[in-house]
Amino acid sequence: MLEIKNLRAQVGEKEILRGIDLRVGAGEIHAIMGPNGSGKSTLAHVLAGRENYQVTGGEVTYGGKDLLAMSPEARAREGIFLAFQYPVEIPGISTTYFLKAAVNAVRKHRGLEELDAMEFLALIKERIKLVEMEENLINRPLNEGFSGGEKKRNEILQMAVLDPKLAILDETDSGLDIDALRIVANGVNALRRKDRAMIVITHYQRLLNYIVPDFIHVLHQGRIIRSGTKELALELEVKGYDWIKSEASALQ
Amino acid sequence: MMLNRQETEPYLSAFKHYQENGGGSGPGWLRKLREAGIASFEKLGFPTTRNEDWKYTSVSPLAATVFERGEHGGNDTKAVAADAIRALSFADSAYNRLVFVNGLASPELSGLHGLPAGARVESLANALQRDDDVLHAHLSRYVRYQEHSFVALNTAFIEDGALVLIPKGAVVEEPIYLVFVSTGQYGPVVSHPRNLIVAGEGSQARIVEIHIGAGSGPYFANAVTEIFGGEGASIDHYLLQREGDAGFHIGTLEAQLSRQCNFSTNSITLAGSLVRNDVHVVLNGEGSECSLNGLYLVDGKQHVDNHTEIEHCMPRAKSQELYKGILSGSARGVFNGKILVHKDAQKSDARQTNKNLVLSENAVINTKPQLEIHADDVKCSHGSTVGQLDRDALFYLRSRGIDSAEAQSLLCYAFASEVVRRVKIATMRAQLDDYLLMKFGSNRYASHQ
Repeated sequence: MLEIKNLRAQVGEKEILRGIDLRVGAGEIHAIMGPNGSGKSTLAHVLAGRENYQVTGGEVTYGGKDLLAMSPEARAREGIFLAFQYPVEIPGISTTYFLKAAVNAVRKHRGLEELDAMEFLALIKERIKLVEMEENLINRPLNEGFSGGEKKRNEILQMAVLDPKLAILDETDSGLDIDALRIVANGVNALRRKDRAMIVITHYQRLLNYIVPDFIHVLHQGRIIRSGTKELALELEVKGYDWIKSEASALQ
Repeated sequence: MMLNRQETEPYLSAFKHYQENGGGSGPGWLRKLREAGIASFEKLGFPTTRNEDWKYTSVSPLAATVFERGEHGGNDTKAVAADAIRALSFADSAYNRLVFVNGLASPELSGLHGLPAGARVESLANALQRDDDVLHAHLSRYVRYQEHSFVALNTAFIEDGALVLIPKGAVVEEPIYLVFVSTGQYGPVVSHPRNLIVAGEGSQARIVEIHIGAGSGPYFANAVTEIFGGEGASIDHYLLQREGDAGFHIGTLEAQLSRQCNFSTNSITLAGSLVRNDVHVVLNGEGSECSLNGLYLVDGKQHVDNHTEIEHCMPRAKSQELYKGILSGSARGVFNGKILVHKDAQKSDARQTNKNLVLSENAVINTKPQLEIHADDVKCSHGSTVGQLDRDALFYLRSRGIDSAEAQSLLCYAFASEVVRRVKIATMRAQLDDYLLMKFGSNRYASHQ
């Protein structure tokens, strides 16, 4: 589904991704872990098409297409979804209004009928249960004054409504207390499907107790320095990142 | 100061003609007032950009055009005005409305119902025939025609406009719409609508002033509205401007507030060639409050200038101000917000914000807050921003599949809607909301159609 080859990217003059290789197949969940500043969020944003990161090398193929040549909206319509670490607040547009515009843009692209107000409301009412979110929240301005947990739930709600093929969760666990974390993780788990892949980016192992990945990759200084199965997370939990870091520098 | 006689002369001779031909009749005090008005105008002339208050707004295209007062186009005018009201006013089906065409009341287009006992909403021309005490007590008591040439000009030609009197304790449930139509298709016409709104002690009313233009030719609407808010009165005022492409609008709003009076004004400028709004609110009673909100959407070669001045004269008064503008094309916007806190106005609370979105390279905004504080125990804040659309927000919307152009539209809509949400009249708010969605190209999501 997704194939990343030797991807390099920079912000301004600073190179952040220094040759990433990763293959993600349909139905798989990949966790990307790593210390702060290792390039995790940059990878997420580059995949979603953020313009202030310059890709300086490598290639990314998604469903057989050149992902890097596509606009952010084209990627979204083709089924890529990024759950933001810091969802943006937009006073003046309600979640309902915004999400209806998004759903219909995506549906139109996929050759489906646009949903009318009633159909959309029915869809959102059904999906909102997944994230145990208060219904009145979606009529309020998008993310404005939402708590950290409400914002993250709103991200997962959007994911549930937009029905992506590849979801990238960028530190969805950050800033969540244990109850909110459980709710968000349950929502994500309910959205696991054979034809849907996920990339879960996190700093901490605890999220992976709830969302159990098929593969784990450790990112350090813009490269994946170690890949393994879910047991790798437990090893990291016990030994910390320093152990892998020193191993990696010994290899260089 | 050098005055341009060529510019003022047509108005001076029109005044002479007006007086000699029985126009401008009415009580003696009014005649004196008009004379004082024209004398002031003669002395002041049209403002130039050397005048600090007019630094960024040149009225020379207006001053260079010779306009004529009165009815134009005969019987056609009414039909044209009726069409314009239907298309533009957001008040077509308004329950209570008083309509003026080229400055003169049009009873056929007006309709008034269900006013509480003692309340008066009528044409000023009517009221002047009766030499009302109320008029004598309030008319021209608040404006500063000695200093402002357009107010002086309006005062010289006081003839018609709206008189709204809300007696003590009365509550007017339905908003009162005052609709002013100017026609541009029968030659350059000028009108000087003069409105007087007096809200008695503890009364409540919502008043919507709508100025619209028909036809593409030039015209000049020079409106002055005076508002007196009695003790504990609550007045919501709205100004909606949808002037023609060649329409000039100079508007002055003067509000004088007594103790515990609560006043709000919301000015929404959607179109016009040159629009200048002067708002002056005097918090003249302890604990009085005012809220000034404005939205200007300026496009093409339009020029919109909002000058506001809030005077805190007595202790514990509160003022809040939010003006927002979106500028594109080669448009020009001006915002000047002055807050003046007098020596005795301790515990004043004044907050002012002006935010601008500039969408094109050729659009310009000049924004200037002015604080003058003579009391020592006050809370005052002001802030202004000029910028483009937020990149993070744009990316967020696009990452959900919304294309770039529509994401920009949505963000413009969101920016403007903060002001529209403050409109308390539900039907007007819904219509404005739909207008914004249309304007910003997302009409298929309009929810109130």
